[in-house]
Amino acid sequence: MSIQIDKNKCIACQKCSNICPGNLIRIDQDQKAFIKCPQDCWGCTACLKECPSGAIKYFLGADIGGRGGSLFTQDHPNHIDWHFITKDSKNHKIQTKKDESNKY
Amino acid sequence: MKFDVKTLETDALVIGGGTAGCFSALTIAEHSSLKVLIADKGHIKRSGCLAAGVNALNAYIGKGETPESFVEYVKRDSENVIREDLVYSIAKGLNDAAEKLEQLGLPFLKDESGSYVQRGKRSIKINGENIKPILAEALRKHENVSVLNYVNITEYLKKDGTVIGAAGFSLRENVFYIIYAKKVICATGGASGIYKPNNPTFSRHKMWYSPFNTGAGYAMGIRAGAEMTSFEMRFIALRCKDTIAPTGTIAQGIKAEQVNAKGEEYVSKYGKPTTYMRLYATVMENLKGNGPCFLKTEGISEETEKELFKAYLNMAPAQTLKWIERNIGPSKENVEIEGTEPYIVGGHTASGYWIDADRKTTLKNLYAVGDAAGGSPKKYVTGCLVEGEIAALSIIHETDDSKVSKLDSNEEKHLIQHVLHFFDNTDIKYSPPEIEQAMQKVMDEYAGGITTGYMYNKTKLKMAAVRIDELLKIAEDTKVHSLDDLLNLHETIDRLHVAKVLIQHLEARKETRWKCYQENCDYPNKDDENWLKYVNSVYKDGRVQIILRDLVGRDSRYEHTN
Repeated sequence: MSIQIDKNKCIACQKCSNICPGNLIRIDQDQKAFIKCPQDCWGCTACLKECPSGAIKYFLGADIGGRGGSLFTQDHPNHIDWHFITKDSKNHKIQTKKDESNKY
Repeated sequence: MKFDVKTLETDALVIGGGTAGCFSALTIAEHSSLKVLIADKGHIKRSGCLAAGVNALNAYIGKGETPESFVEYVKRDSENVIREDLVYSIAKGLNDAAEKLEQLGLPFLKDESGSYVQRGKRSIKINGENIKPILAEALRKHENVSVLNYVNITEYLKKDGTVIGAAGFSLRENVFYIIYAKKVICATGGASGIYKPNNPTFSRHKMWYSPFNTGAGYAMGIRAGAEMTSFEMRFIALRCKDTIAPTGTIAQGIKAEQVNAKGEEYVSKYGKPTTYMRLYATVMENLKGNGPCFLKTEGISEETEKELFKAYLNMAPAQTLKWIERNIGPSKENVEIEGTEPYIVGGHTASGYWIDADRKTTLKNLYAVGDAAGGSPKKYVTGCLVEGEIAALSIIHETDDSKVSKLDSNEEKHLIQHVLHFFDNTDIKYSPPEIEQAMQKVMDEYAGGITTGYMYNKTKLKMAAVRIDELLKIAEDTKVHSLDDLLNLHETIDRLHVAKVLIQHLEARKETRWKCYQENCDYPNKDDENWLKYVNSVYKDGRVQIILRDLVGRDSRYEHTN
């Protein structure tokens, strides 16, 4: 499990680099973000939620059952949209409201 | 490599801006004009255990419960070896801490009468995804709080046996920090990465506890001669297999029982279902060939499944991604469970600094809170807040206008050299991650890791101790080339110091008090006659000295006397 950062979508805002609790996201010569050591990622998704352009995708490593799908988020003032893309390109969206408690 | 040296001064220094650290700082800021500085090796908005969030508040005095019944529960669940005085002081503040979180903006589920909806006797339902941003935002409003993000603290400053601050280095620029403080709070969390993890290859950091909690606070205390307690009461979590996502959401939230491969409920075969017994039963079922073990979720409604998807997104998104990309959710397939590697963590079990009623450690002017503080299992999020508050109020009470002592310039130079000398080393045979993996392997095989079903004996521990000392020597001589290397090597050395102390604690308790957590095969039974005691230790002159202490009762007010 880790993240991948799409250089073409990255808008060089550096928000992800300034939030990662493991100090893992760095900035390259083009001011774009990259993850220094993908296997050191905890999978907390802090960077996904900061990213304004949906450039960061979260995925499960093959060693923990990953099937090539991924997840990115869009953070809104009152909710988060979680976008899942499976390997056969089926999209699935779940919305979590920030002011709504878990039911379980 | 050249470093600029920045010298700072503050009233209170909080090392670690996780939940306990942030709340300590917030309490000081709200109730005094003392200057507070938080140093964090990440960014406080998402650092610490709760980076992804938390799915419930699991320490709360629910309807029909009392602080006294909470202490009894923790005592029972921990086989009587807890600091009842500390647990009681936490229990009395839990509900106020929950209310404070609500005031700060955390969403709670409430019933028609406005009461919090309970998930269990001592657990309430929330949306904890945003808990760290909420705490960070609350701190931003206080002018007397300043924050150093991406600064790794490595050593306490000590003068005449008193802690007078701490030192460390920036992870982003070549700056060395020397921070003088009248009072220091250690809130660095516990230690992960001591043992080989469940997923040792690509997903090596997909673990229960934060992989960035490296035991730095314990190690600094060990090196400075602070007394530590109960390291042998390790914590091992029972989790969803591979994703290492929480099981409580399902086990408590929808009351799913644990079943083996034959579909039989198995925990009751092993005894009362304490936290460690549910884990032990799972380990044993697997050893007997009755695994894999599951949480029985098949047949839950589609609506429940949808709510579970959301609940996991608010804490452990990997689990929801797994369900969705496989297109098989918990309504169609039971959720497989497994035990994690062992951790040292004072918020769940009792490992950590030996503290008094005010959360003072045995080193003058040093406090410990949250996962760094020992003696009180099951404090969880709200307990960490209460502990932060207790320490903060003591600091406000005891801080006066006197000047902070300082090191002389030679002592400062020596300290800087001590932390940075790894750049001058020449040994490049092993990298810091290789040394760390070597430690994880030896701890796994010889000090009760997953491989041996968490069991160990004296002969194995002796072999582990020899290898840990060898690795410490290798680490001390290893060359680093960058700030990343320097951090990795310091983290590895910190973990090795924790491992060294842990091995001696495991050896010292000559009984088996908690299956899996502390299972000494030379002494397979619980021995109440001789071992209703705390195993404590002090590291001195390169040796771990074990101290056995008598249990402290609920109504005592414990102070350090000897």
